Amino acid sequence: MSRRVRLLLFACGGPGLLAVLLIGLHGLPAFGDFHGAYGLVVDHVEPGQRRATDIVTALNFDLRAFDTLGEEFILFASVSGVALLLRHLRDEDEEVESSRSVADHRFAGASDALRVLSLVLIPLLVSLGVYLALHGALTPGGGFQAGVVLAAGPLAILLAGRYLALKRVAPEWMLEAGDAAGATAYALIGLGGLIFAAVYLKNFLPLGTSGHLLSAGMMPLNSIAVGLEVAGAFLLTWTEFLDQDLLVTREEL
Amino acid sequence: MNFAPFAAAAWLFVIGLYGVVSSQHLVRTVLSLTVVQSSTYLVLLGVGYRLGGKAPIVADIPTKAKLVDPVVQVLVLTDVVIEATVLALLLALVIQAHKRFGSVDPADLRLLRN
Repeated sequence: MSRRVRLLLFACGGPGLLAVLLIGLHGLPAFGDFHGAYGLVVDHVEPGQRRATDIVTALNFDLRAFDTLGEEFILFASVSGVALLLRHLRDEDEEVESSRSVADHRFAGASDALRVLSLVLIPLLVSLGVYLALHGALTPGGGFQAGVVLAAGPLAILLAGRYLALKRVAPEWMLEAGDAAGATAYALIGLGGLIFAAVYLKNFLPLGTSGHLLSAGMMPLNSIAVGLEVAGAFLLTWTEFLDQDLLVTREEL
Repeated sequence: MNFAPFAAAAWLFVIGLYGVVSSQHLVRTVLSLTVVQSSTYLVLLGVGYRLGGKAPIVADIPTKAKLVDPVVQVLVLTDVVIEATVLALLLALVIQAHKRFGSVDPADLRLLRN
């Protein structure tokens, strides 16, 4: 189908779709006037029975813990897919790779100011990531957010120096291990629930005092496991894409 | 004004779809898809908002405070993770397409070779 035909079809269907969407959304309760009972129950149950103060994380790692397990495996599967798709191509071009030197591959266009700033950012990003993972059940944060922030730390090495320095600090085997270990750890914590509390992913650890670092049962552990997996998964994805860029640039030389 | 978040969501959905339809570059197609998906964030967060409600983090607020719905916020978190994974996979496929067909224009991908 040519672009012209596609646009013509969209001109017919698009406004209609917009109208139907608007009519449909108009049937929702007015903005700011929500009466869902489930959220209200959760607001009471989680701080009371689980001693968690961040209800979003509490939902994620307690009430919807099983969904989070699925979500984690989706992330895992997709990263495996990216690696599978891109590594196949890397094999195709292996001759190109071995014939050229990769000693000095810098991030093009990075000014000195950006390099220095990135260097300062690395420890800050890593410590913020660790903080978010540990305090998931207390303050805004949790495993998923922590993982992305943690992954951004090593990425700043690329901005500050060379791509190969990033590879040395975070080699692929380490990223793969982190990704797999995080996913496995989460599943194993769930197994602990099965053994000690008779229900998979049910809390089986002491709850502690609300607001303390070691509180809310197994939520901090889940948060750390997810953080590890997300950090590994994101860095692995970025590394795969950056490898592709390295290949393409060298082909053009 | 009450309807503005939902109207914006509907607009994002349709304009993102237009981006997909009109795209002449596969990366642009993929990015347009993320615009479509971002409309779901607006709908979900808009649905769960309570007028004057606070963020559902009870660390430093009175116990009787009115909170916005946390359930939809968790759904948005799931949504963001899924979007990131889909984005990564689609971009990897774009690279594949470029290697196979030597082009990133969707119009050039009509013929299957072998």
